[in-house]
Amino acid sequence: MSVTEFSRRGLLKTAALGVAGATLNLGAVKRTFAAADLTVGIVYVGARDDFGWNQAHAVAIKSLKEVPGVKVVEEENVPETDAVSKSMESMINLDGAGLILATSFGYYTPFVVDLAKKYPDVQFRHAAPLWSQDKDPKNAGSYFGYLNQAHYVDGVAAGLCTKKNKIGFVAAKPIASVLSNINSVLLGARSTNPNATVQVIFTGDWSMPVREAEAANALVDAGCDVITCHVDGPKVVIETAEKRGVMSCGHNASQVPLAPKGFITGAEYKWITIYKGYASDLAEGKSLPNFLTGGYEVDFVQNTPFGAAATEPAQKAALAAIEGLKAKKPIYVGPLKDNKTGKVVIDKTYGNLDPFLDKMDYLLEGVVGSTT
Amino acid sequence: MSNTPVATGAPRELIDPLTTRAAHSDFAVRLRANSEYVVIPLLALIIAAGLFAVFLMAIGKSPVDFVSYVWRGGFGTAFSFQNTLQRSAPLILTALAVAIPARIGLIMIGGEGALVLGGFAAGALAIPMIGHAPPMVALVLMALFAMIVGGFWVGFSGFLRYARGVNETISSLLLTYIGIAIMNFFVEGALRDLSNPNKPSTMPIGDAYMVGKIPGTQVHWGFAFGLALCVALYFLMARTTFGFAARVTGGNSRAALAQGLPVGRLIVACSAIAGACAGLAGFFEVAAIQGRANASLAAGYGFTGILVSFLARHNPLVIPPVAILLGGLVASGGLIQRRMELPDATVLVLQGFIFVVLLTSETLYGRFAIFRSTKERDRT
Repeated sequence: MSVTEFSRRGLLKTAALGVAGATLNLGAVKRTFAAADLTVGIVYVGARDDFGWNQAHAVAIKSLKEVPGVKVVEEENVPETDAVSKSMESMINLDGAGLILATSFGYYTPFVVDLAKKYPDVQFRHAAPLWSQDKDPKNAGSYFGYLNQAHYVDGVAAGLCTKKNKIGFVAAKPIASVLSNINSVLLGARSTNPNATVQVIFTGDWSMPVREAEAANALVDAGCDVITCHVDGPKVVIETAEKRGVMSCGHNASQVPLAPKGFITGAEYKWITIYKGYASDLAEGKSLPNFLTGGYEVDFVQNTPFGAAATEPAQKAALAAIEGLKAKKPIYVGPLKDNKTGKVVIDKTYGNLDPFLDKMDYLLEGVVGSTT
Repeated sequence: MSNTPVATGAPRELIDPLTTRAAHSDFAVRLRANSEYVVIPLLALIIAAGLFAVFLMAIGKSPVDFVSYVWRGGFGTAFSFQNTLQRSAPLILTALAVAIPARIGLIMIGGEGALVLGGFAAGALAIPMIGHAPPMVALVLMALFAMIVGGFWVGFSGFLRYARGVNETISSLLLTYIGIAIMNFFVEGALRDLSNPNKPSTMPIGDAYMVGKIPGTQVHWGFAFGLALCVALYFLMARTTFGFAARVTGGNSRAALAQGLPVGRLIVACSAIAGACAGLAGFFEVAAIQGRANASLAAGYGFTGILVSFLARHNPLVIPPVAILLGGLVASGGLIQRRMELPDATVLVLQGFIFVVLLTSETLYGRFAIFRSTKERDRT
């Protein structure tokens, strides 16, 4: 079993390595799964094939299903009401789920927290950094990826691909994680192209297909020749960019099929690392970590395999940037100024996971656009 | 009933003198006439199930599995059935929000807006009361406020209908979007709980102020209130002068005006009752489930309630079983997704079949001689 296990992981790894170009980390790979069956239940807020957030989880779940001794039950389009607690409870009662993965932000309070109290023998993990050591049950927890690292790599590649030095960014809401992605694209692009700027348009909500299309069009009209985004389902943005004949970088999941001509690379979560870790911990009878978060250095994020628009130098620079991130090379090298008042907002160089950066409420100098 | 000849009613009339059968036949005639309202919907359900079975076989899945999972996921275990009842609770209330105006001839579909605003009103009213008012007082005030706000919202549609002749279906639907926007405006602005950075919500009302479960079950009190309101509103509409006047107005509002009935007030009152029901559903969403008001209130219960009310032919007493049936389908939808690896839309396909076939079956009423009394048949 360990042999087949090893080769499959190797295969998976190689697929990821097409981009990452890292070496196999044997220590992390050596996982043994006991024959004891584990049923994992996962709930999605939208469709599993949304080319975005839900798909990123569904892709990981698909390869988790291949792990021997692990059974997965999935439910999609579960709203953030008591429907989700009933779905999770049904997975526990009718399917015997021992681990529940709740993947939408609004599932956490009150639903995950209450159910974790009600079913102390079941493990609950939620895909957003919300778990609190003091308040929340010990059988609940959070996992999340620092996607801004992969956006930084997008920026590195886009900086070398752009001819007009203008990158367009369609963003949902001006909250910290989105702002960090925008700023990371800028810093990535500036690292390979000092003249690059990022122009941003906020749509105001996570899923606004019509406004996303308008925003993408407006950015192209404003002269941007690379478009990227942070919205729930990037499908509309990427398709609009492709239709307008400009290049694009993806978000959340692989959008390669949507842009056969203009795709460069995209920022993706790599949930499978976390999910397989959970499964093996449970199989070995270990307790699950309550709080898991990180980026390239722990293999929680990845970049989409290069598309047709990624030039040779861009690919090389991107792969080098990934190697740097794996070695914890910082993205935010201070001092850095904001784009509104020119005030220094990042006084020194911060590590990529520094909590100081989680409170980001500014756009850096070089970004065109405003948070308000 | 079974020994009554079907095709040849007349000879039997000659053999049995009316006088000796009077008491028995009165009941038999009513049973016969009313059984039409049971048999035809059942027939429609069976036909819809048949169509859906064909659909399942066409995509290579077993209808037998489907039925067994619906049973297991929606009704078969204590957990499943309580899951079903809990899911039916908001549907009962939002269905009432459609059924009551329907009795006065209005197609009012604004339950969603009244639910959202009612829930928001309850959540907002709770903020100054947390920690000060006793929970029982706070909850009663929140429920009343939710009903008043909901009642006002749908009542306004009714008023526009009567006073300005605005189509109530359109106005109530549009008011729904305005209602959701108002809720979002406050939840993302003035009343936002800043300790919850990424999901805009009002302040949590706290465990002490939550509505509990019905003792011995996992079902919250909204279900019991829904049932009680169904019975109460059935009596209001069927057994009181108010209900009679409303039904007369629904039958022919000009005739009702000519009779001197207060048509305007009746329309606004029925609409307001409807809105109050939906507002109460919103109150329970906030006080029994979410613990705060946020965008999750707009979960579509108001729209599913329209389906329930139409399936129940706007009869308050039929609403609970229909809501439970739909709740069971939705509750088992998860199990079906998980076990049969079918997409979430499968259950919607079934709901669609049921809705279309049931609406089509409306044309069957009065077409079967078996449901008519022998005397009626003689006359025709």
